[in-house]
Amino acid sequence: MERTDHMKYMEGMEVIESDLLERVISAMNNYDYNKYTEKDVTAALSRDVLSPDDFAALLSPAALPHLEEMAQRAKIETRKHFGNSIAMFTPLYIANYCENYCIYCGFNCHNKIRRAKLNEDEIEKEMQSIAKTGLQEILILTGESKKMSDVNYIANACKIAKKYFNVVGVEVYPMNSDEYRILHESGADFVTVFQETYNSDKYETLHLEGHKRIFPYRFYAQERAIMGGMRGVGFAALLGLDDFRKDAFATGMHAYLLQKKYPHAEIAFSCPRLRPIINNDKINPKDVHEPQLLQVICAYRIFMPFASITISTRECERFRNNIINIAATKISAGVDVGIGGHTGEQKGDEQFEISDPRNVSQVYEAIKKQGLQPVMSDYIYV
Amino acid sequence: MEDKLILNGHEFTSRFILGSGKYSLELINAAIENAGAQIITLALRRAAGKDVENILDYIPEGITLLPNTSGARNADEAVRIARLSREMGCGDFVKIEAIRDSKYLLPDNYETLKATEVLAKEGFVVMPYMYPDLNVARDLKNAGAACIMPLGSPIGSNKGLCTKDFIQILIDEIDLPVIVDAGIGRPSQACEAMEMGAAAVMANTAIATAGDIPKMALAFKKAIEAGRESYLAGFGNVVEGGARASSPLTGFLHD
Repeated sequence: MERTDHMKYMEGMEVIESDLLERVISAMNNYDYNKYTEKDVTAALSRDVLSPDDFAALLSPAALPHLEEMAQRAKIETRKHFGNSIAMFTPLYIANYCENYCIYCGFNCHNKIRRAKLNEDEIEKEMQSIAKTGLQEILILTGESKKMSDVNYIANACKIAKKYFNVVGVEVYPMNSDEYRILHESGADFVTVFQETYNSDKYETLHLEGHKRIFPYRFYAQERAIMGGMRGVGFAALLGLDDFRKDAFATGMHAYLLQKKYPHAEIAFSCPRLRPIINNDKINPKDVHEPQLLQVICAYRIFMPFASITISTRECERFRNNIINIAATKISAGVDVGIGGHTGEQKGDEQFEISDPRNVSQVYEAIKKQGLQPVMSDYIYV
Repeated sequence: MEDKLILNGHEFTSRFILGSGKYSLELINAAIENAGAQIITLALRRAAGKDVENILDYIPEGITLLPNTSGARNADEAVRIARLSREMGCGDFVKIEAIRDSKYLLPDNYETLKATEVLAKEGFVVMPYMYPDLNVARDLKNAGAACIMPLGSPIGSNKGLCTKDFIQILIDEIDLPVIVDAGIGRPSQACEAMEMGAAAVMANTAIATAGDIPKMALAFKKAIEAGRESYLAGFGNVVEGGARASSPLTGFLHD
């Protein structure tokens, strides 16, 4: 199979004026985490406002023995900015057709799974079922097939969602700013795009086919979303794909520089680790064990204390219950990562295996048990 | 004569405005009671949802709601949220928050002024959260604001009165209640603001994240009352930075 140039935009892909990519990649390439010492870590923790270099220190191996201090500081920052509130939401997968060949993903176009796409009626029924649980925030997801799930299809799903939910986010294939505007006008206000890895050479070996192969187009998705009128954007590297310290550093810098350029943008981080998929149960997050994951989450929190941090069902109940007490401010519940599972019969297979199957009321009670306040909606669409 | 906080003709005996955004709901009531607060701010974006537990159900009757427009990035959005708040039955009070900076949450004075002009004309009791700028404060007064709410330091920072000197200028120059909002982390800082002549203090994070929330609410109440009493009493002849010279410096005039 001949591999195309992953840095060259495909026809129809919008090119925007921005130098964020060069700045983020250059910062990441210059990041030598082994040079940081305990002194750098304690100095970083002593500062009110952290510089990118302080953030780099907190992600270094030298910071791992200071995980308790980092968690304590992270908790203080979280409570200062978010009080006791923990936002709840659920993802809704409406289609799992995909044109990309990403070797670690269950939806990849060569993986033999059941494919499905919900029609409008089915979407509405799924949403009604979710709304009954009391949730007010929904994240609409599709596999990345513009052919099978075009912009109008996703926009219609957003319009239906607006009838039942206060907050609508999308996690779909990257699109042009005018297409993001269509989604925004249909009720969506938040866009999440995982860059997966910021190491372009590694990225090229993992994303072999499809539009996702185009590294810079994916990188600039959040900026195009803001240009399209979206209120907030989410960032993530899939930890474990490559050197997780460098990827976490690049993720933070991506968010940091974008917020500097668009000060009104609301920033969110997700912290996914690799999970096993159908037909490949050997996929795992390698060297990103729970302490390293906690280190990354705390570093995000201390560096950007105002950012929302989502904790996924990729992590287990114990980790999730504890991390909301330290740094995470948003948690999913009642999660089904297949297609059509909320109303009974699942039509399409899952993207990955989840580790926390708790329903909405179980998560709600778990949050309250910790003296925290579950919040279904802290948002108004204006 | 009883010492009262007066906002567009509405009278309050408490000078402690309590935020409600960062609590566990069941603690709100205890905090209000111990704080002796009569005005509670409320993020409309939090109250407008169909949450399993709505924050409005936890606020006792008789308390004046002060909905804020948090989430608004400009004047238009602030105006829309204020109108929605009135439609929802949250009353005529509104705290304008127009913020287009997600990092420090610093208010945009220009947009705040524009929203104040519109909402004051529509009969709202407009309480604008602002960066302490004398010129803008004058414009806000002329636009019909019921008070001005300069920030002590960034929201949630607990840093106290970083803008102390500028707030003092507003207190001295603006003929409206000056309510210090944001950044008050300790009762002592609230007391200091009141000693300066602030008409009231607003606090949220410092109480909502305290180890014992009702107790901290009580501590703030006492501090605010102490600060107010001290302001009204007038300071004694306290000399800062050294003792008074025993020989008068102007004695030579009589030689």
